[in-house]
Amino acid sequence: MSMQTGLATSTTQLRSYAPATDVSVAAPAPRLEIARAEPVTARRNPRTEPGPVRLVIIALAITFLSVFVVLPLVVVFASAFSKGVVAYFAALAEPEALAAIKLTLLIAAISVTLNLVFGVVAAWAISKFEFAGKTFLITLIDLPFSVSPVISGLVFVLLFGAQGYFGSWLQAHNVHILFAVPGIALATIFVTFPFVARALIPLMQEQGTQEEEAAISLGASGLQTFFRVTLPNIKWGLLYGVLLCNARAMGEFGAVSVVSGHIRGETNTMPLLVEILYNEYQFVASFAIASLLAMLALITLVAKTILERRLDEAEVGDGD
Amino acid sequence: MAIEVKNIVKKFGSFAALDNVDLKVADGELLALLGPSGSGKTTLLRIIAGLDWPDSGEVAIDGENALSRGASERQVGFVFQHYALFRHMTVFENVAFGLRVQPRAIRKDEATIRARVKNLLDLVQLDWLANRYPSQLSGGQRQRIALARALAIEPRILLLDEPFGALDAKVRKELRQWLRSLHNEIHVTSIFVTHDQEEALEVANRVVVMDKGRIEQIGSPGDVYDNPATAFVHGFIGESIVLPVDVAGDAVRLDGRPLNIPALGAASGAAKLFVRRHDMAVGPAGTGALEGAIRHVRSFGPIQRAEVALAGSEGKTVIEIDAPPRPRAAGRRNRLAAAPPLPDLRRAGVAP
Repeated sequence: MSMQTGLATSTTQLRSYAPATDVSVAAPAPRLEIARAEPVTARRNPRTEPGPVRLVIIALAITFLSVFVVLPLVVVFASAFSKGVVAYFAALAEPEALAAIKLTLLIAAISVTLNLVFGVVAAWAISKFEFAGKTFLITLIDLPFSVSPVISGLVFVLLFGAQGYFGSWLQAHNVHILFAVPGIALATIFVTFPFVARALIPLMQEQGTQEEEAAISLGASGLQTFFRVTLPNIKWGLLYGVLLCNARAMGEFGAVSVVSGHIRGETNTMPLLVEILYNEYQFVASFAIASLLAMLALITLVAKTILERRLDEAEVGDGD
Repeated sequence: MAIEVKNIVKKFGSFAALDNVDLKVADGELLALLGPSGSGKTTLLRIIAGLDWPDSGEVAIDGENALSRGASERQVGFVFQHYALFRHMTVFENVAFGLRVQPRAIRKDEATIRARVKNLLDLVQLDWLANRYPSQLSGGQRQRIALARALAIEPRILLLDEPFGALDAKVRKELRQWLRSLHNEIHVTSIFVTHDQEEALEVANRVVVMDKGRIEQIGSPGDVYDNPATAFVHGFIGESIVLPVDVAGDAVRLDGRPLNIPALGAASGAAKLFVRRHDMAVGPAGTGALEGAIRHVRSFGPIQRAEVALAGSEGKTVIEIDAPPRPRAAGRRNRLAAAPPLPDLRRAGVAP
């Protein structure tokens, strides 16, 4: 296709020059034909390996995946249903289990909402403006990724615990943070805080500020620019970040374990309940809750794949 | 609307992007800001639009202080170099954007907006693309949509940043003529930035040549080409041959040989002589102001160009001049003479 276009163009050019230079029109054309007819060398494709090598590599990969990913997943569901479907749903209907599910959903709703707002604001500031301390802010956003979740939880114990910096003041005013919903929410927010910002920063940096400038020069206010131009451009990236943030918020164990206090029916989230039930040899109940988390993981995985495809399209959409 | 820019200074760190720039643009003009990259032309345009702010100086649009208003209140149409079309909106919605974000009090009703967008798409001859997305358009089409979008807000002035920079040569030529005729039709005061001298000279009524944050010359295209005010303008616009000469009083010497041209007030010492290539011609030996040997003759189509090593410079000074359109064998010791008049002499600093 492109070769034909090339031919057509060069012929036209030659024609227009022909009267002046006395060069025959047809002469160079065969040269191009020859160039196209050049045979592709029939040697072994350098980007592939011989059959046996390929088989071994593929077998290794499949074995590894089966042992470390598929097998555990199967075990979760198999154990959950080992005493039958009735036992499975009975385990999920226990008040303790229901309380844990409710608490997990509440914590996820709080932390995802707050991190959504924070993530968009941080990504907006970092990608659209130049200011002192920008690199430091980016590093700070990544901090929760590099700190062990247990430490993240301990930080809040040190701050709000009975012996902590604000402990006596909180006790005096009868405010409960630790071993209550606020503490769990705070620890979860801290741990999941980089996801949305991290998903948006590269996307927004790549998109630049020109569309925003165009909107402003066309008379749009700051809010109009954000809701009509910036937000539609980042919506897939935003959903991607929210999805990962949600998965982590529901599944977080370490940080939450430190601040929760494990009060049955009150401050146990699903991951914490899984551990407690397991330690009490209630395997069916434990794996039933675990199976819910596993399903969340599977749904997240599928949604993530779909979103990644959308994101690619959003970026390619600008292509010249 | 007239634009007046006074004493604009803009620094990025220690780099002076604009160094005390003054400029007056009359109502209805089509003005080109021409200069190499880093000359400050885009910065000046962005300051007029309100997308950048000067460190000091004044900008007035139609006599009123523009710096007291933000970009969204200036009613300035801006066309970006890479178009900056809203990628998630159709062509129609892109053009309608400026009308839809107007304050509720003055916003037109839907039917009026539709009619106006339709008119603009007709104006840029792309009404058949209304439902496409920017990614489905060619570069030239995107450029015209960007222009229609900027015109939708009935801008008081129109600013275009390298409007044809990202297009291929053929489309660029078409769009140039199209922009000119469009300007004749709508008569909005327009400034466009370009680094392409041909584009500036062909499209604009007036050309502003900039370098290193300063204005070197303002004039009509013919003026800027025929009477360059500074060495920079002479070197930047049109092709020039530069010869190292010595000035002593009113005499100009090249390698000790006197040239029959006036010094035009250049101070004594080393200077640069700028000559237009078409003001020189090859002739028989001994008849002209310069002597040299033809080293090589190159021909492309009807044009022949001779590479000439000037005598007296030990072959160091090599110039290229148009040769008569008849093949000459390279290496033949043809004598060369550059026929006077050598029209211009500009001093470009004394060598230490």
